Amino acid sequence: MKTYLLPSIKLTVILLVILGGIYPLAIAGVGTFSPGHGDGETISYKGHVVGYANIGQKFTKDEYFWSRPSAVDYHADGSGGSNKGPSNPDYLKDVKAKIDTFLKHNPGVTRAQIPAELVIASGSGLDPDLSPSSAKVQVARIARTRGISAEKINSIIDADTEKPLLGMFGPAKVNVLRLNVALGELKK
Amino acid sequence: MNTEISGVIFTYLLTLAIAIPLGIYIARMFGGQETWLDFMAPVERFIFRFSGIDTRKEMNWKQHMLALLTINSVWLFYAFFCLLYQAHLPLNPDGNPNQTPDLAFNTAISFVVNCNLQDYSGESGATYFTQHFVIMFLQFVSAATGIAALFVLFKAFRDKVTDKLGNFWDFFVKSITRILLPLSVVMAIILAFNGTPTSYKAKDTFITLQGDTAHVSRGPAAAMIAIKHLGTNGGGWFGANSAHPLENPNYLTNTVELVAQTIIPIALVFALGFYLKKKKFAYVMFSVMTIGMLMLLIPTMNAEINGSPAIARMGISQPTGSMEGKEVRFGPANTAYWNIITTVISTGSVNSMHDSAMPVPGFMMMMAMMTNCFYGGCGVGILNFYIFIIIAVFISGLMVGRTPEFFGRKIEAREMKIASIIALLHPFIILVGTAISSYVLVHMPNADWAVKPSAWLNNPSFHGFSEMLYQYTSSAANNGSGFEGLGDNNIFWNVSAGFVLLFGRFLPIIGPVAIAGILANKKFIPESAGTLKSDTSTFGIMVFAVILIVAALSFFPALALGPIAEHFSLK
Repeated sequence: MKTYLLPSIKLTVILLVILGGIYPLAIAGVGTFSPGHGDGETISYKGHVVGYANIGQKFTKDEYFWSRPSAVDYHADGSGGSNKGPSNPDYLKDVKAKIDTFLKHNPGVTRAQIPAELVIASGSGLDPDLSPSSAKVQVARIARTRGISAEKINSIIDADTEKPLLGMFGPAKVNVLRLNVALGELKK
Repeated sequence: MNTEISGVIFTYLLTLAIAIPLGIYIARMFGGQETWLDFMAPVERFIFRFSGIDTRKEMNWKQHMLALLTINSVWLFYAFFCLLYQAHLPLNPDGNPNQTPDLAFNTAISFVVNCNLQDYSGESGATYFTQHFVIMFLQFVSAATGIAALFVLFKAFRDKVTDKLGNFWDFFVKSITRILLPLSVVMAIILAFNGTPTSYKAKDTFITLQGDTAHVSRGPAAAMIAIKHLGTNGGGWFGANSAHPLENPNYLTNTVELVAQTIIPIALVFALGFYLKKKKFAYVMFSVMTIGMLMLLIPTMNAEINGSPAIARMGISQPTGSMEGKEVRFGPANTAYWNIITTVISTGSVNSMHDSAMPVPGFMMMMAMMTNCFYGGCGVGILNFYIFIIIAVFISGLMVGRTPEFFGRKIEAREMKIASIIALLHPFIILVGTAISSYVLVHMPNADWAVKPSAWLNNPSFHGFSEMLYQYTSSAANNGSGFEGLGDNNIFWNVSAGFVLLFGRFLPIIGPVAIAGILANKKFIPESAGTLKSDTSTFGIMVFAVILIVAALSFFPALALGPIAEHFSLK
């Protein structure tokens, strides 16, 4: 046993120093040159930090683009999805209620126009994005509440839409926080 | 939708483009030839001198396994006690508490065995110290353990009639210094520049645009997320794993993480071909694995892109497919690809919540872990596949009336016994575990545990059964993904899954290495006209049939009660 135990312990010690200590410190060093300096990239509005670029936040007022529903209510000191299965009756009831809420706040929008992602929760509970069609379906409501023309709001969506990677791979999306910051700047 | 499918194809092709040269490199490196990472040699010499290891001492298969088990036990004790007292250790800026004994037991085993099942959430259940010095450390060394064990097997095949199978410490350390660490550095830097945090700062508080107070957990995550994928580990920094927008910020990082978890398992298949100079055999093996993967992938993608029939009945549109538990930036096609890759390979990281997947994908993901050899985890995938090869050789030998031989050695009763035990162990621990948990759920609903059995399941009926079946399947396959609705942080699940993890890891490593070691000692029979050829498509089909019968069919009754029943109830 001693033939293996002593080398095992020593090898563990030296690898702990290299893998647990030196390696992440080196990455932290390189990370200071990244956008956000390794602390996470933030977005500011009127001189205040209003959120993290990659972390979704709760928008429930009619004057903002709404984010997707979240199982953790956008509390980013945790994360997670609903973990509801597709056949769960309680879950389906919950989705129906969310559709009704959406219809109430968005008169004029028909059922068939609602993209499902707006009434079902994301995996992380912190999804920062919407697909462009989910943003556009909210334009009429925001235009009415803010008294801005729908045309102007649509142009913000188009400007903020991120195309698929290299134009070829993956879905197009738009960041909800950036959209809402752009809305605020539009008013000025 | 088209850019989503092209994204999947691009990701797979990119994986092959990296994996094939990597395989050649690994074969050269372990073959003792010059490589461009030879500048690591002084570091290795220092590590060996410090540890008092002489790498020139060759070991037989038993000595290899003794070394492997000894160092793994050291890690187990070390990890358990660190997690148990993590609140008192440094680098805990968020003031997170100690893990309970049963949780620490489960977590320590789970990371030692390369499974990375997590019954805690990283934001609140671990500290920066345990994330780095326990979890990330184990992600490196458990992956290296798998690769080292595989090379014992390769060495036994290559050298004719030998007891000397190289030095375990040498294989192990070089797997880290020459493969895992260099790749991790590159990948961690890519992640850092795409928004994954790297600094040691504690969680942040700010006022949102709408005026709410919000907290954000952070931490030096990029280093860990790199090895989590390269080592096919899968344990995340944050609770939501790679669905979390800091752990996987955009489509590019998602592609990198997908490629990273697939390259080493595929590279090792090609490394086998180059190292043993049996390229044709490696191609047959690769084809069987790829066809198996595609048979799981295509129905999964189809189901997710088409969306949920229950949601469709509500009259809303599903332009992006089934989105419950999924992220907008990845989309359903890519998520389906991830679901299958992470389960055929024993990674178990997730970029969506598997519990909310449609029933067909749920079935396919469980099937992927039940077969557990289509590419498979770092090193262990081929070890699992090897067991099926031995069985296929034996059966086809009997069918044509020849003595079963593989690579010039006779397969006899002793080897077959080992192979059969290993092949049957997997269904045994999964099905017995699920049966016991179902019994407890029904007959002891109010047992006094942290989560009462009556509250275990997040979903009723068939799907609830799937949650339990999935948990043991994931544990036995050392995968680590979960139907996370299951209330698993209590003594029943922590302990029972802990034992399943141990059996599911070490026996399937020891078994194949033992067979290889015994075969290496046997008389070498040169190939003749009477030899059963193992590098033909006929043999490939034979192996596939064995996998289908042994692995897949033994699970069919359980699957019929879970995802299959749910599928038909949704229609």
